[in-house]
Amino acid sequence: MTWDTDFAISILPRLLQGLWITIQATMAGIAIALALGLIVAVIRYMRVPVLSQVLGFYVLFVRGTPLLVQAYAAFFILPTFGIVLGPLLTGIIVLGVNYSAYTAEVYRSGIEDVAKGQWEAATALSLPARPTWTRIVLPQAVRSIVPMLGNYWIQMFKDSAILSAITVSELLYVGQTIGADQYRYLEPLTIVGVLFLAVSYPAAVLIRRLERRLAISR
Amino acid sequence: MPSHGDHGANAETSSAAAQSDVMISFDNVDKSWGENHVLKKLNFHVKPAEKVSIIGPSGSGKTTILRILMTLENPDEGVVTVDGDELWNVERGRRIRRETKQMKLTRRKIGMVFQQFNLFPHLSALQNVMEAPVRVLGMSKDEAHERAKELLDMVGLGEHLNHKPPKLSGGQQQRVAIARAMAMRPKVMLFDEVTSALDPELVGDVLDVIRDLATSTDMTMLLVTHEMRFAEEISDRVVMFDNGVAVEQGPPHKIFKDPDNDRTRQFLRAVLEH
Repeated sequence: MTWDTDFAISILPRLLQGLWITIQATMAGIAIALALGLIVAVIRYMRVPVLSQVLGFYVLFVRGTPLLVQAYAAFFILPTFGIVLGPLLTGIIVLGVNYSAYTAEVYRSGIEDVAKGQWEAATALSLPARPTWTRIVLPQAVRSIVPMLGNYWIQMFKDSAILSAITVSELLYVGQTIGADQYRYLEPLTIVGVLFLAVSYPAAVLIRRLERRLAISR
Repeated sequence: MPSHGDHGANAETSSAAAQSDVMISFDNVDKSWGENHVLKKLNFHVKPAEKVSIIGPSGSGKTTILRILMTLENPDEGVVTVDGDELWNVERGRRIRRETKQMKLTRRKIGMVFQQFNLFPHLSALQNVMEAPVRVLGMSKDEAHERAKELLDMVGLGEHLNHKPPKLSGGQQQRVAIARAMAMRPKVMLFDEVTSALDPELVGDVLDVIRDLATSTDMTMLLVTHEMRFAEEISDRVVMFDNGVAVEQGPPHKIFKDPDNDRTRQFLRAVLEH
């Protein structure tokens, strides 16, 4: 089998559309993971009775089961309970929930990194809980965890290929479909790989730069 | 959040409680860390506007007194009041309720400066000072900004308003921390070994600021310090602490020149020798 450039060019628009879906799913997944992860981390850090234990189990459960299993479960089981969301939305929620567990642990490490004296100074100034979190603790916690979060974002971007298993028309799914239709896998799968790399590598460089900038301004 | 709009009340106005001649009271206050009995049935009272220095060997419970006042630690037993309001009332063995409403209100009358400064590193000097008046007292940003500038001028940092703490020397950071605590107009200021973490050449500027506060305001001041000459100079009263007990107290000239207690004598000989 030899490389067919004309064929490759002809399928590029469809693959780029798939890439766009992949990026959208990742972005939405990141947003969910960031918000949900923060809630989980703060509640667990404050040791809210019962809720903390429940969320502890949530983190354990989500991190202990494969993403693919979670995706299948959401895609095949939720509709039997009358919850029909469509493949893309289901995929986004699965990605977001899955990564919220990892994100929560990252937040927690960031929060624990904030010096005890910062909390004490907030108490000494009578700052209420909310500004203590939003103005003092979280801005410092986030600084130390941006690189870690960024690496998870890139990983999520690559993991989103798993959503092809639940028929989300993301990049890999489009590549597979073209391959199956045309009996040619070399060009579509090569381009799929190259497109993933074309996004993930610059993203990694960007995050490394951000990391360096945050380190200097500390 | 309850906003009391009481930022007009400052250290100069004296309340009914202040006239009762007790600003801080510790009655039968007990505190242990495991085997270490840091406060033994402490009874300790401070008058309004009084400047009291607490001296003594490390681990003798001095800092714990300040930390209980700032509600950073709880007593195991005893009653603590500030300006006539109850801060702690703990019966032995009872579950300790942290952060009662009463405690939060009383706590606003107290400011504290820490050994390690504890400035917010991601905020400028100005923002460090402005934060609490805006969030806690409900002061407008403009007013808080003006006041923060005045306070930073007062501590000699008028040129460094927009610098973040990591760009400042230890001595400068500590002076920002003093301005930050002053911004809440506390009636009681606690100084917890505030020069211990500083390079020797930076100690003077910080002590100058505290000396100014001691002479120009009628804030009640409680200092835990190893700066014996400074304590002698600015204090109305010096309390010698050892092993969880106030072994001796009195006016500074008496404690430093002619102490009655052997342990005071030993301690002073040890610290003044070098």
